[in-house]
Amino acid sequence: MTVQSVLSVAAILFSLGLYCVLTRKNAVSVLMGVELILNAANLNFVAFSSFTGTIGAPEVAGRVFAVMIIVLAAAEAAVALAIILAIFRRMGTVEVDNLNELRE
Amino acid sequence: MTSSEFYQLAPELVLLLAAAAIIIVDLASAHRRVRLYSVLGGGAAILSALLVVPLVHNAHGEGFRDMMVSDALSVFLIPLFASATLLTIIFSERVREVVTGRFAEYVVLLLIMTVGLTIVASATNLLVLYLSMELIGLTAYGLTAFDPHRARSVEGGLKYAIFGAVASGIMLFGMSLLYGMTGELSYDALGEALGGMSAGAPTSALQFIAVLFVLAGFTYKIAAVPFHAWCPDAYEGAPTPFAAMMSVAPKAAGFAALVRFFFTVFSDPGAGGQFVAIDVVPWQAVLGVISVATMTFGNLAAITQQNLKRLLAYSSIAHAGYMLMGVVALSRDGVSAVMAYLVVYLIMNMGAFFVVMVVAERTHTEDISAFSGLGKRLPLVSACFAVFLLSLTGIPPFAGFVTKFFLFAAVLQRQGNWYVVLAIIGVLNSVVSLYYYARVLRAIYLTEPVEPVAEIAVPQFRTAVLALLAVLTVGLGVYWNPLVEVAARVSEFL
Repeated sequence: MTVQSVLSVAAILFSLGLYCVLTRKNAVSVLMGVELILNAANLNFVAFSSFTGTIGAPEVAGRVFAVMIIVLAAAEAAVALAIILAIFRRMGTVEVDNLNELRE
Repeated sequence: MTSSEFYQLAPELVLLLAAAAIIIVDLASAHRRVRLYSVLGGGAAILSALLVVPLVHNAHGEGFRDMMVSDALSVFLIPLFASATLLTIIFSERVREVVTGRFAEYVVLLLIMTVGLTIVASATNLLVLYLSMELIGLTAYGLTAFDPHRARSVEGGLKYAIFGAVASGIMLFGMSLLYGMTGELSYDALGEALGGMSAGAPTSALQFIAVLFVLAGFTYKIAAVPFHAWCPDAYEGAPTPFAAMMSVAPKAAGFAALVRFFFTVFSDPGAGGQFVAIDVVPWQAVLGVISVATMTFGNLAAITQQNLKRLLAYSSIAHAGYMLMGVVALSRDGVSAVMAYLVVYLIMNMGAFFVVMVVAERTHTEDISAFSGLGKRLPLVSACFAVFLLSLTGIPPFAGFVTKFFLFAAVLQRQGNWYVVLAIIGVLNSVVSLYYYARVLRAIYLTEPVEPVAEIAVPQFRTAVLALLAVLTVGLGVYWNPLVEVAARVSEFL
């Protein structure tokens, strides 16, 4: 397996995630798109750290970064889902298009 | 952690300790102790600002394996963040939506957000930058959506959170590309490795893409085009004192990180305090375009606003555009001008938000029409508001004029037609902004109240703080030397 193939998968994941974020109307689906984007970055970091450095002493910084991203993605999802829950209780919908209390 | 690293981190540690203390007191006691929490939080903010003082003269220390640095820039910004936090806590104390039951959480989140802000300002490593930006984000989402019973609050919070998540995801992807090209995460090493790659190399296109992606994170933090759309919704939805904080502090942190990142990684020092962008990545031009788009959009969109919080939100977008000009100037003078602007912006913009808040608390609406005839009902506060708005426009003799002048001067010091064009667009934008700020002033002074209303009573302490901010705005507009000298020293970190 070459680094190119891993990077291609990551690029495709990133594009799918961005497409999902831009087109989905449901707030939860948008969050899933964000998750794809974050994991694309993760894949990049892990791939780069495995394919650079010498054998036996790989570049670990990228892996550390990936672990941090996983943790923060969970934290971010928790906060965002809490807000979505509050919205659902308040308005009975999580469709982004229906959220137009704030519009001039 | 060595002892010098300990002193470097002392302001953050104080804030975290105060946050922990507030949590424990809140869990242990059965009563709401609003006053105690605000004293603890405000005291911690003051103490963290004071702890910076010994660092002023021997601040040039990198710590934590070069991941964070304590230099002129971070030493300058920590008191700025601390004063924003202090003002926010002072004005939050009586806000109903904040105080009902959960004031402890509010102060704790504010303090943790301040920690994030200070770390963003001192990060010299991509990982630390990402972590601290997320720390700001996570606390800010919660504070924006603080009142779960108000539809606007949670809606603003959701929009803020989704934009933030997308922007930081895109930024991360860009960071991963930078890491892949160099194998490095720290700014210095990144700059060295990228500087060795010539313009014709196959990686140059990739470098450019990576920079554009990383810019997504920065433009989101400073609320610049194209990641500005969350800004009006989040400001309108958030509790007003926190909206004031949000319009200033994360913007300042974003500018600090932006300057640090681009000046260390993507530019080389040139003659006379000016810098040269490396030719592989034309980031200076990109930022110039973003600057023009941001100020033009912000000013044009502000014209039609009826809600004052939204109007101030669009005006804050426009101000981010002005400040970007100072970064585009790519010189020490430009950076100093941005830093001086941030100080004055904190004073006048938070002042304006607080006036809107104290009035809206009585009239229960933030529409401009509710401000009709305010000059008669509330003379002193109205006068302060007029000072803030005129200063935001950039009219002498107020501080906003002085700092804007230095911003334009820094741009024009660079030789070249594009700099002149940029400055002219900036001036034209200031003229446009006069229109909507003057519209508010007209409502206050030249319109009769819609219905005869009783006088509005504002607590004396708040009036005193507002008056102090207004006096500072006028004072720095007349006697600006101290501010300009301090700001000039900030750019020594480069």
